[in-house]
Amino acid sequence: MDKQSRQATTPVAELTALDKRIINLLQRGLPVVERPFLEIAQQLGCHEDEVLERLNHLMTNKVLTRFGPMFDAVCLGGAFTLAALAVPEPEFERVTEQVNSFDEVAHNYRRSHDFNMWFVVGAESAEQVNNVINDIESKTGLPVLNTPKLEEFYVQLYLPA
Amino acid sequence: MCNYTCPPKAKLTELERQYVLLTQSGLPIVAQPYHFIAERLHISVADVLAMTKDLKARGVIRRIAAVPNHYKLGYRYNGMTVWDVQDEHVQAFGQAVGRLPFVSHCYLRPRHLPRWNYNLFAMVHGKTAEQVQQYRIQIKDLLENVLQLRNDDIDQARSYQSNDILISTEILKKTGLRLKR
Repeated sequence: MDKQSRQATTPVAELTALDKRIINLLQRGLPVVERPFLEIAQQLGCHEDEVLERLNHLMTNKVLTRFGPMFDAVCLGGAFTLAALAVPEPEFERVTEQVNSFDEVAHNYRRSHDFNMWFVVGAESAEQVNNVINDIESKTGLPVLNTPKLEEFYVQLYLPA
Repeated sequence: MCNYTCPPKAKLTELERQYVLLTQSGLPIVAQPYHFIAERLHISVADVLAMTKDLKARGVIRRIAAVPNHYKLGYRYNGMTVWDVQDEHVQAFGQAVGRLPFVSHCYLRPRHLPRWNYNLFAMVHGKTAEQVQQYRIQIKDLLENVLQLRNDDIDQARSYQSNDILISTEILKKTGLRLKR
């Protein structure tokens, strides 16, 4: 695991003006055509090869973490929830290990709040998600705050470089 | 318990499942990225493009795009703002908060009184602490007249805040949500 790139201490990447324009355009999305990077290059006024070279570089340096179709995870089958724990500070490390030990826990973040641990549980069915929540409660000895999404108003991350 | 589920039109065919399995960890960064899928699935590139467009139209694929590392771009302050919005207004105002240009995700979630009184969640990202606080103020201005003011009936000394912000300070785990074979 590349723990460094996941911490707030990660150094900010040095980017050229072209890098920034590529990052911004590609976050918004590519046209679904046979040669999408040719269209991107035309928009940027550079060569297709240059776009591919910079894009590969940005992936290698982990400035970009992923390139491809962004799927709606719910549509791939299964059920999800966002859940939280209020973990006493001295027990934080132990509880982190316990929660992360579940394969169904996909993301887990420490946050500045009494509810200081927030994680996403994904499983085949809603019943299985609830079983995992119950197992986390018995393993950690802490009550889980379960906040499954009831409605999605907006989802699109865009971080201008 | 209410669970958000996929609309029926989004159910996948076997070939579409193969497409997802092949691409969920990413596409190759080459001039013709769809050729890779065509070869593996033994279909034409035209069919791959048609399938991709169809999956987009049905909402299975949100878009074909790149995802940045927040921290590498200098976004060190990633905050989950949470709001206690009056139930009768949460639909309209949830949409409105979602339309703010700096909000990346906006969801309705259940309250759990007395522990948790917030029902609207909106993610914001900034390069400075001041920037995310500014975003929080802008959301507050928008929601000003529809925030729930409540007291604890049992414990009068306890009062609820109408909103809060939870900044992420450490990524404890991050793996992709994957379709399994």
